[in-house]
Amino acid sequence: MNTSNNIIVFDQVNKWYGNLHVLKDINLSISKGEKWVICGPSGSGKSTLIRCINNLETYQSGQLQVNTKVPQQVGMVFQQFNLFPHLSVLENCTLSPVRVKGQDQQAAVDIAMHYLTRVNIAEKAHQYPHQLSGGQQQRVALARALAMEPEIMLFDEPTSALDPEMIKEVLDAMMELADSGITMVCVTHEMGFARQVADHVVFMDQGSIIETGQPIDFFDNPQQPRTQQFLQKILPY
Amino acid sequence: MSKAINTTIIPLKYCIQWMYKNLFSSPIDCVITLSLCLFITWFFPPLLDWFILQATFIGEGSEQCTNDGACWIFVREFLPQFIFGFYPEESRWRLVTAVIIAILFIGIQIVFKKKYLKILTPTLIASYPIIAFILLYGGAFGLDIIETHQWGGLFLTLVIAIVGIAGAFPLGVALALGRQSNLPIIRAFCRLFIELWRGVPLITVLFMASVMLPLFLPQGLDIDKLLRVLICIMLFASAYLAEVIRGGIQSIPSGQQEAATALGLSYWHTTRYIILPQALQHVIPGIVNTFIGLFKDTTLVLIVGLFDFLGIVQAAATNPKWLGHAIEGYIFAAFVFWCFCFSMSRFSRHLEQRSHLKAKPTTHPT
Repeated sequence: MNTSNNIIVFDQVNKWYGNLHVLKDINLSISKGEKWVICGPSGSGKSTLIRCINNLETYQSGQLQVNTKVPQQVGMVFQQFNLFPHLSVLENCTLSPVRVKGQDQQAAVDIAMHYLTRVNIAEKAHQYPHQLSGGQQQRVALARALAMEPEIMLFDEPTSALDPEMIKEVLDAMMELADSGITMVCVTHEMGFARQVADHVVFMDQGSIIETGQPIDFFDNPQQPRTQQFLQKILPY
Repeated sequence: MSKAINTTIIPLKYCIQWMYKNLFSSPIDCVITLSLCLFITWFFPPLLDWFILQATFIGEGSEQCTNDGACWIFVREFLPQFIFGFYPEESRWRLVTAVIIAILFIGIQIVFKKKYLKILTPTLIASYPIIAFILLYGGAFGLDIIETHQWGGLFLTLVIAIVGIAGAFPLGVALALGRQSNLPIIRAFCRLFIELWRGVPLITVLFMASVMLPLFLPQGLDIDKLLRVLICIMLFASAYLAEVIRGGIQSIPSGQQEAATALGLSYWHTTRYIILPQALQHVIPGIVNTFIGLFKDTTLVLIVGLFDFLGIVQAAATNPKWLGHAIEGYIFAAFVFWCFCFSMSRFSRHLEQRSHLKAKPTTHPT
């Protein structure tokens, strides 16, 4: 593996919440432009893992190297959308480019509209988050993160809080994004998405990485018994 | 034709239905309704008599008030004093001008477009205190200096309330943020400050400011009494306000903070653009509640020798020529205070209704 191309490198990262060991000796090298999907049962530490990448969480030992400007160049989409309810859709998308990157208002609006169009929600630009459906809100959240023109996009269970009929519109937007060559790290249980988009799939349990592999091997021929159990549970048919 | 019948019959039918549903739906309701009716018929006519029918409105001097009712001439006679206190008559135009300028400035906020207000509003907010100070106190542009001991009446009440509110608000926000700070010294200081000011009665604070403080100050250094009182009221109200605002800050879901951090926003940007706008919207009723309390607390300055609105009314009632008319004065004072407080409460409703359109929580998928 070409090390100079690595954009995120976990080296023996450990994290504790008090006595609870939530990340155990995590080693992971993610190259520029790769799509990674992280799955595992709840409480396995997968959210904590990606939240370390953009400094939402700290870790106690080991090393984590992120070769870009953190957190400006690392976008994140949350399970609960976390849009700013007092700002319009457009203002949600322009606030950070204007305040953090110092873009002028008009340029920021143009960029925001570009990404809103890309996630197919430009017509809602002047509405407020509570006027939108969950799927629409999540797409706005995606556009808001992209408006910062990040190098890495993190997704923390982006479809888990959505009604079933809205999951597709969000996944469509994510797939479209995957084609653009951006580096993506997604915590998700959408195995269809993983199969289609991911370069690598990681399975975590109880704070450790149990198995890593390319989607075909991972889904069709998992090596570890714990992974086999998990996949049997979530892929029953 | 049928239309005309409808309009007369339906309301009557509706009226009876309404009364049956709301006033006589159960035996207990009947008893309550009837006894309240009795109470009103027993209580209301004398009140009406006193306030209006038997009251004296026209005339000059207390001798005219020969009827049994209220003597509203008293209020009319002293009205200029109630409003301006002992402010020299020939300079009262200055106060009127200050009010007119304030109204003008507020008008500008309503008339002008948002684009222009971005620069205009801060300019107006920054310049008004200076304009008002020069008009009220004088000492520049050929205006005579009018010492604060000549200030009084409704004018003084408004000065204390407005300066108190304008000063307490930013201070309260700062204290609320400080109490949530990660820096232990700032946090401890803010807590200490808040607990200290909340723990003592306002009267004690005012006494300290007007009687004790001069004893500690070096000779010759004299801080204006009104200024001391203003600072005390400001600090006092800010401590209450800080706790109200802290409640608002804590009500913001942690996801908001996380999203802001993930977007690279700094602490100050997050506070200014994400946390405070939402926190303040959530606690508008509590903030206005504190302000109404502050407005009424201004009457306590009487005990340190400042004549606010209520103080002047009280003083006028002890005028030998007008003895026995204190009740009219108090009722008038109560009415004026109520008008101001009620306006504040209506204004708060207006702000709430405006903001709730935008501030519904979005954390639940719809």
